[in-house]
Amino acid sequence: MSSAQYSHQASVSLQDVTVELDGHMALSNVTFDVDAGTLMGVVGPNGAGKSTLFNAIAGLLPVRHGKVTLHRVDQGGGALAYVPQRESVNWRFPVTVMDVVMMGRRCRLKWFRRPGKRDRELVKECICRVGLWDHRSALMTELSGGQRQRVFVARALAQEASVILLDEAFSGVDLGAQESLVEVLRSLRDDGCIVLLATHDLTNLAGRFDEVLCLNCQVCACGPPDQVFTPQVMEKLYGAPGLRLATDGGAVD
Amino acid sequence: MIDFLIAPLEYGFMVRALIGSILVGVMCPLVGAYVVTRNLAFIGDALAHAVLPGMVLGFIVGINPAIAAIPTGVSIALLVRTVSRRAGLSTDTSIGILFAAMFALGLVMLASASHIRVNMEDLLLGKVLAISPTDIYVSLGITLIVILGLFTLHHWLMFASFDPVGSQVVGSRTNLVDYMFLVMLALVIVIGIQAAGIVLVMAMLVTPAAAAYLLARRFVSMMLLAAALGTASAVTGLYISYHFNVPAAPAMTLVASGIFALVASFRRRALA
Repeated sequence: MSSAQYSHQASVSLQDVTVELDGHMALSNVTFDVDAGTLMGVVGPNGAGKSTLFNAIAGLLPVRHGKVTLHRVDQGGGALAYVPQRESVNWRFPVTVMDVVMMGRRCRLKWFRRPGKRDRELVKECICRVGLWDHRSALMTELSGGQRQRVFVARALAQEASVILLDEAFSGVDLGAQESLVEVLRSLRDDGCIVLLATHDLTNLAGRFDEVLCLNCQVCACGPPDQVFTPQVMEKLYGAPGLRLATDGGAVD
Repeated sequence: MIDFLIAPLEYGFMVRALIGSILVGVMCPLVGAYVVTRNLAFIGDALAHAVLPGMVLGFIVGINPAIAAIPTGVSIALLVRTVSRRAGLSTDTSIGILFAAMFALGLVMLASASHIRVNMEDLLLGKVLAISPTDIYVSLGITLIVILGLFTLHHWLMFASFDPVGSQVVGSRTNLVDYMFLVMLALVIVIGIQAAGIVLVMAMLVTPAAAAYLLARRFVSMMLLAAALGTASAVTGLYISYHFNVPAAPAMTLVASGIFALVASFRRRALA
């Protein structure tokens, strides 16, 4: 896939990033690095600053101090894609799968240029890749939660993004559909993309990600899932010492 | 029947009224499609009221009120967004403050300028039958600019309307696109006010687009259908006004509302 050519050797690096929202500290001294070809889960309770972190990486929020560095990511050209939370999308707006994926091509085109044959072919390729070609003319409101997420991923692909941020991507998505979504994300990871997925749901996490960032306004732990999901980290994260992970990676009480 | 349609056009004022109605019927719903899907009805209403001081100033200094309304409408459109961003207030609150203040300013200006004779009813309810050749030229100019704007910005407007956060991430153009949209909205409101007046321009902006929203599947079809329904409402309203001697803007509004009521009784759009 064409995203590979843009993502080669890309990396995202945060150093001591602190973000203030409405006078309170939403992120405090967050430091971590992600290299090309990594599928990272960002976990933490509601209000832990996961969306704030994504907004800071995407440049939507000012960083009070610290530094967000996107190496070899041409930000201006749309190499960073954002899959929004369900609540921030205007579902009243009547668009089809094809329309949404074509939006990904916009940032690669000049103001007055209309999408051409190559753009249409790429859009088709991206929709096929997420397995939704049969639904290409469906309205977004006619799709299930998991299918909608896959459309947004196809849009990121059409955008030729090398960094993809998915905010609460599992919310309202059933387990089977979560698995199909992760499958698509793994193939992007294999192409060299950096994929960051925020979730507050700990079910079946361990087997899904190469690395996990545990966030609760600050970094509680970061690394491979088997090293990160320890009772101590869970307590720091959720304040529940009894919480432990099941052998399949799901959280149990 | 032919006579019913042709006879009124023997009068120059009716030909101008027909051209004016068609321009309003096409342009207001085209932009209105975004107003309806982006929940911007309140800002549309506010802009219509807020151009009053500009129009009154036009009467005072002796220039065409439609031309005078353009800078007022555009500045208020830009100010609303700036005030809500700077003051940290909701857009609705900023609109409420600016709209009331501007309308009040217009009324005070109107009362103070005793030397001008303006019928308040014409401003509030439109004067499509008294539309001047200059009004038509202004409307045509605005139509060209807005159509060009809608065509050029189409994909960005769709992106920003559907997924504001996602579009902001891929480029800093989203803010610019939103500002340009507000300017286009202010411009079509200026055309609309000439035919429908300050109070009823909302009907041309929102009602045909709302009916089209219930009928059309995709956004582009919705825009085109809205323009067709808007034109049908405006032209039918104009003929009703001529033949039955009722004011034109309310007649257009009632036709548009009737179409909406008919559509809404058969169709209901499923929401996410």
